[in-house]
Amino acid sequence: MSQVQISLKVNGEKVSALVEPRLSLVDFLRQNLDLTGTHVGCEHGVCGACTILFNGEIVRGCCLLAVQAEGGEVVTIEGMADDARTRALQTAFHERNALQCGFCSPAMLLTARELLHENPQPSRDEIRDFLSGNYCRCTGYQAIVDAVETVSKNVDATA
Amino acid sequence: MKAPKFDFERAESVAHALQLLADAGADARIIAGGQSLIPALNARMAAPTVLIDIGNIAELRAISVAGGVLRIGALARHADIMRSPLVARHAPLMAQAVQHIAHPAIRNRGTIGGSLGLADPAAEWPACVVALDARIVIAGPSGEREVAAADFFEGVYTVALEQNEMIVRIDVPVAQSGDRFVFDEISRRRGDFAIVGLAISWRGGETGALRFVFLGVGDRPEPVDIAAADFLARLRADDIDDVVAQATAGLDPSDDPYVSTEYRLHLARVLCARLIRRMTEVRA
Repeated sequence: MSQVQISLKVNGEKVSALVEPRLSLVDFLRQNLDLTGTHVGCEHGVCGACTILFNGEIVRGCCLLAVQAEGGEVVTIEGMADDARTRALQTAFHERNALQCGFCSPAMLLTARELLHENPQPSRDEIRDFLSGNYCRCTGYQAIVDAVETVSKNVDATA
Repeated sequence: MKAPKFDFERAESVAHALQLLADAGADARIIAGGQSLIPALNARMAAPTVLIDIGNIAELRAISVAGGVLRIGALARHADIMRSPLVARHAPLMAQAVQHIAHPAIRNRGTIGGSLGLADPAAEWPACVVALDARIVIAGPSGEREVAAADFFEGVYTVALEQNEMIVRIDVPVAQSGDRFVFDEISRRRGDFAIVGLAISWRGGETGALRFVFLGVGDRPEPVDIAAADFLARLRADDIDDVVAQATAGLDPSDDPYVSTEYRLHLARVLCARLIRRMTEVRA
């Protein structure tokens, strides 16, 4: 089976590689680029742990082949170090105990960030709805909803 | 798990995709958003020799209106349909249904053409296109052909599409003023596949007809049509149960480890009565 040449941007940097077509984008990020902040859970689109931004929108990194990312722009949690809204969410997650093992956290942060981008002041139901595709096996979700709500009510900190 | 090995081809146009399909033979698969195909590959439930990626064919992404028909390109993503003012105005049933499709990250990739081509019996789009009497536009070696949505779905994961063809567009007759549409579903968790769902379209007012199409309770979306005059007479007699019985009479749901046949049928009846009330309450 022949390999395919791909070029894309990852966290603002141009990346080129020769990859097997079956390589998922999240495995490419973790194995080829050592960007291990994005986690691999179920590998069939259910748990949400592999959430990344592709062309500015959240997607499942396990349900996108690296070859499909040709010409696209990928941002992982590592690329969010200077993003004000992500930083506000990280602080709120810390303060509200919205993580324990941390496996789901990078994906939760990126998903919550997209929610607040689309809907800066969501209700608790809207937060639960938007995060419904991301599993957390530690917290019981209450603290995660609290953290996102905290950021949504503190609009200045997220500007 | 990881996907099995396959070759990968990138189609630049519909003609190119059809050529690649013809060249690749029986074990080739088209990949659009991949939100069902890639999980199936990773679970080793699918093992194509070649994947033909149509994701770059921009012309298949458009949503437009012409001559009383809403034309939705096969590559329109669920997220595109969710945000489209044209869909909200001309196909309000689809605007309601899309809220129930998976989760935001999946809606950002998954496409309507992919969902229709897969024909999962619990999916929203197949029921919607049958309820709306849409036409599926298919491209093949000898040009385009159209299939009425009700004739397109043949069974579980089985549609009237040949190996050398692809879906290019869905043509939906636009909603007229006075038409009513409701969609809802019952699932264990937001974004999960529905235990049961229902689309109802009521076109033509008091002289028209209602069409009921369930999802999750049979091997394919099958329409049940009831004349509006008939429906209204029973509504006036406060006999919603009779309408529910007629709309659900042909359902033949299967058992699974979580939901028994009886429970699924019960939920279908509850949902049907609920949507009839919702539809008639919003009458102007």
